[in-house]
Amino acid sequence: MAEIAPQKQVNVSKQPDEEVISPWREAWKGFRRNKLAMVGMGIVLFFILLAIFAGVIAPEGINEQKLSERLQSPSASHWFGTDDFGRDILSRIIYGARISLWVGFFAVLGSAAVGSLLGMVAGYYGRLVDTIISRIFDIMLAFPSILLAIAVVAVLGPSLRNALIAIAIINIPNFGRLVRSRVLSVKQEEYVMAARAVGMKDSRIIFHHVLPNSLAPIIVQGTLAIATAILEAAALSFLGLGAQAPQPEWGKMLADSRSYIIQAPWTVFFPGLAIMLTVLGFNLLGDGLRDALDPKMKK
Amino acid sequence: MLAYTVRRLLMLIPVLFGMTLIVFFMIRAIPGDPAQVILGQQATEEAIKSLTKQLGLDQPWYLQYVDYIKNLFTGDLGTSLRTSSDISGEIWPYLAATLELSLVAMVIAIFIGVNAGIISAWYQNSWFDYTAMVLALIGVSMPVFWLGLMEQWAFSLELGWLPSTGRENVRNPVEAITHLYLIDTLIQGRMDQFGEVIKHLILPGIALGTIPMAIIARMTRSSMLEVMRSDFVRTARAKGTRMFWVVYKHSLKNAFIPVLTVIGLQMGLLLGGAILTETIFGWPGIGRYIYDAINFRDYPVIQSGILIVAVIFVFINLIVDLLYAAIDPRIKYN
Repeated sequence: MAEIAPQKQVNVSKQPDEEVISPWREAWKGFRRNKLAMVGMGIVLFFILLAIFAGVIAPEGINEQKLSERLQSPSASHWFGTDDFGRDILSRIIYGARISLWVGFFAVLGSAAVGSLLGMVAGYYGRLVDTIISRIFDIMLAFPSILLAIAVVAVLGPSLRNALIAIAIINIPNFGRLVRSRVLSVKQEEYVMAARAVGMKDSRIIFHHVLPNSLAPIIVQGTLAIATAILEAAALSFLGLGAQAPQPEWGKMLADSRSYIIQAPWTVFFPGLAIMLTVLGFNLLGDGLRDALDPKMKK
Repeated sequence: MLAYTVRRLLMLIPVLFGMTLIVFFMIRAIPGDPAQVILGQQATEEAIKSLTKQLGLDQPWYLQYVDYIKNLFTGDLGTSLRTSSDISGEIWPYLAATLELSLVAMVIAIFIGVNAGIISAWYQNSWFDYTAMVLALIGVSMPVFWLGLMEQWAFSLELGWLPSTGRENVRNPVEAITHLYLIDTLIQGRMDQFGEVIKHLILPGIALGTIPMAIIARMTRSSMLEVMRSDFVRTARAKGTRMFWVVYKHSLKNAFIPVLTVIGLQMGLLLGGAILTETIFGWPGIGRYIYDAINFRDYPVIQSGILIVAVIFVFINLIVDLLYAAIDPRIKYN
């Protein structure tokens, strides 16, 4: 670094204090100033840590039943109370973070991968390919998303894995459309034309020029999509179409505790609060990332 | 405008056909033998054969699809496996219940959302603005089913202010004409029942309306902030126009277009979200109809229910698109 420094100073000799920084670092600087975004990141990190260290943090196991301690209200020994099997709700919520984050992350990863690929193909090749892919996206978006998810699970059968697949499928068109529109604008850039002029292959242009330039909006959309995915997974499990007992999925916990709401409202309150906080965290983080990474999208 | 309307309608045709294709293939995408899956492990050979025939699964798929479309055009939505009756004959009461609930939820969402957004924009950075926007952020992240359960617990089970389930007082049932109970009770002049119906609508209406309310509030705020900085608003204020008119007439009219888009989109999501709200509040709507059908593996009902909701969603979007032109003459469609 020491050898480069003098050279740099020559280049920007008029303003020696000005540092040349990458767009990603600039985005990070903007992001750090955004208080709500930092709160969002804090919440998300908190739940990620809970999920990773669930085995260490949780006071009890997922299915440790103590029938003598059924439906106990929150106390020093059970912070969030116990459910109808005498299981510690706090412990189940901590383990539940694993399920929700896992579903949210992998569902979105799946839809982002497939959606981006389809979007790139549609945007880059245009013509008939574009028409077909875009019409399929239109048709999928014509369904209210949760209904489409229900339809997919109704076909595949209720399970957490199938709920994940359903959520991944319904989110494909969102990424597809986003990437397609990015590709259409990036395609007009001079560096892409230059790459084509020197005879670069399509696949190389797509993966080396078009994709990196579409990454920021994909990340933003991805973060916000995780929030929705977690909500949708909880909803499907609540309807009995996702996680099955005794999995400590938050939506499923809510559904199972419904009949005890009068005797033991905490059995319903805490799992719902966990869903809301996690979703809020990803929403705040996503909003912050959007403002930092893509100033044009700022409201 | 007419040309645009016609073109927009023509564009709907491939989308509607695509939707029927997806719904049609739902039953055929079931892994294994659909008839076996529907009837369960204990089903006899004959029962499976007869159901396969009833569902038309013994024919090649393109013939089945042609039949399916033919039936749709004659208003035949298939036969429910559970009740053995025509779906088209029994679906309206469910649909009406959902429409009533969704419209009430939307009215609540628009009224509170738009006004909260306006006040937040007008008193930007005030305590009201901060509180409203934090609430809106929480609202966007709210699991509807949780909110519904908490409402039910607090206002119905604990405080006893409002009924917890259903859409009418079962001891004083509404005589259904249109199945939109607010209208039915008004036609019959039964104000006591009208009040009951309203009471039943409040909790599910708020639960269902919360997310759209939050989104509408955020959109209205940002849209109003933009408009209020424009010259014509400054001119109106300089002329001494009363504040109320500056906000509600001059600014809102111009800020409303992005809000309208959001409202249109949310109306569709509301129809989907209804399935959760209806499950919680025992609301006999289309969401509940589909939900029960899933538990009975009543695929014709699942298919038709989903198709109907999706078709309504598509037409709502169409209406919103056409409304733009009506509200904002600057928008020209070529």
